[in-house]
Amino acid sequence: MLPNDDGSADNRRMIRARNLTRNFGAVAAVRDISFEIKRGEIVAFLGPNGAGKTTTIKMLTTLLKPTSGQIEVDGLDPASQPNEVRKRFGIVFQDPSLDEELTAQENMEMHGALYQVPRQVRAGRVEKLLRLFELWERRREPVKRFSGGMRRRLEIARSLLHTPPILFLDEPTLGLDPQTRNQLWLQVKKLNEEERVTVFLTTHNMEEAERVAHRVVIIDAGRIIAQGSPRELKAQTGSATLEQAFLALTGTTIREEEASAADQLRRMAKAWRR
Amino acid sequence: MNVIYIMWLRQLKRYVRSRARVVGSLAQPLLYLLAMGYGLGPIFQRAGMGSYRDFITPGLIAMTLLFTSVFSGIELIMDRQFGFLKETLVAPVPRLWIILGRILGGATIAFIQGLIFLCVCLAAGFRWDSLGALPVAFLFMALIGIVFSALGSAIGSALSDAQGFQFIIGFLIMPLFFLSGAMYPLDNLPKALALFTRLDPLSYGVDGLRYSLNGVVHFGLATDFIVLAAVAALLLALSSYLFSRIQV
Repeated sequence: MLPNDDGSADNRRMIRARNLTRNFGAVAAVRDISFEIKRGEIVAFLGPNGAGKTTTIKMLTTLLKPTSGQIEVDGLDPASQPNEVRKRFGIVFQDPSLDEELTAQENMEMHGALYQVPRQVRAGRVEKLLRLFELWERRREPVKRFSGGMRRRLEIARSLLHTPPILFLDEPTLGLDPQTRNQLWLQVKKLNEEERVTVFLTTHNMEEAERVAHRVVIIDAGRIIAQGSPRELKAQTGSATLEQAFLALTGTTIREEEASAADQLRRMAKAWRR
Repeated sequence: MNVIYIMWLRQLKRYVRSRARVVGSLAQPLLYLLAMGYGLGPIFQRAGMGSYRDFITPGLIAMTLLFTSVFSGIELIMDRQFGFLKETLVAPVPRLWIILGRILGGATIAFIQGLIFLCVCLAAGFRWDSLGALPVAFLFMALIGIVFSALGSAIGSALSDAQGFQFIIGFLIMPLFFLSGAMYPLDNLPKALALFTRLDPLSYGVDGLRYSLNGVVHFGLATDFIVLAAVAALLLALSSYLFSRIQV
């Protein structure tokens, strides 16, 4: 038997996008992008604000229908088999997604029920994850009393509860302190190495991308402009760091992004809480 | 089933934990009961119609149900804005279960609020016509709760932000209440008004409640039940359709 003959099924593609496009009215958020992600890969999507990272994640996770193009997640089409696709991934959204009136434990238990995690293992897993992200002591407090970092940790813990084979992390470390960031990436790497979880992440932090990602995809104005390992991208642009490579590829102009109505309301709600 | 239950339970937990809401949503019907009930009472009496307070009690129970259930449906917009909606939208279960759980949760909360308000009315001196008709009153309270919880959820699914909120209160909720005959008898109305009251589903709810609590009926109990059940089925279908189409 050949040494690398661990089966084509094991190295199969987990995600494939072909000529994926999404328009919002006259604005094209994602323009004709194609990419593939293999099982067990950690891929980072990097791009300036408004590049189309979140829109891409939303299309891959059944939240948004593409204007045109095809998607396959573990061989399934999100448009025709959304629930089968949804069983296969966990997601940490860019913006909050917890029920603030419920406690940490209740948020976890609700997720367990929504994902039909068997009752026998649910309590044990909830405890393990809450301990891992150091929330166990405060599990009975409503989330509205949690700091930003604690909420983030809870969202990350929650996304792992149903042991998904694919993990989407949309700027997961935004607003986290270095300790929590470190803990998050250690966990992600561990899951990736031990259970071959496929990870699709977006971040603005180039050091993080360089540290965890096997492959980096750079997207700007809805188009993929470069992809490869961090080393390849640095070599390609003759840069010392991934950050320099990123700037060389995407330019140094600052992008304007319009706030949606939801962002505005969220800001108002935040102001009210003070 | 588990998913419907967990979404139902969530609504109830949120309700129990927000005491301000429990008390706040009783303030308006209570004001109507005291100010209108006793303010217009003497005139109503002189017209030979009996106690106005007792007459509007079923209408104000319906008002409590209407407001509570529509608001819990519209809470969907809050979930959208505070982000929790996404968590339910990526869950690998039919969205029908999720919206059903929400609607039943909203209807349950409305039912409890209606019950509390009925007790308030009893404390204020209201007496029902016959105790035996009380189960009929509960049936109509449940139906009103489901109809308007589904209506609120349909609105919440169709709107993406709270901008249209004031508009809905002014152009939908208040007209539904004032055209329902909650505050006045439906007999001998001007033709145009009579037409509008017939188009308002709440009229049939108020009528059913008035039958069971006051012992008087306008449309007839069977008509009341059939119309409300049909509207409930229609709005359940509409809200689950709109909810299944949400993209964020």
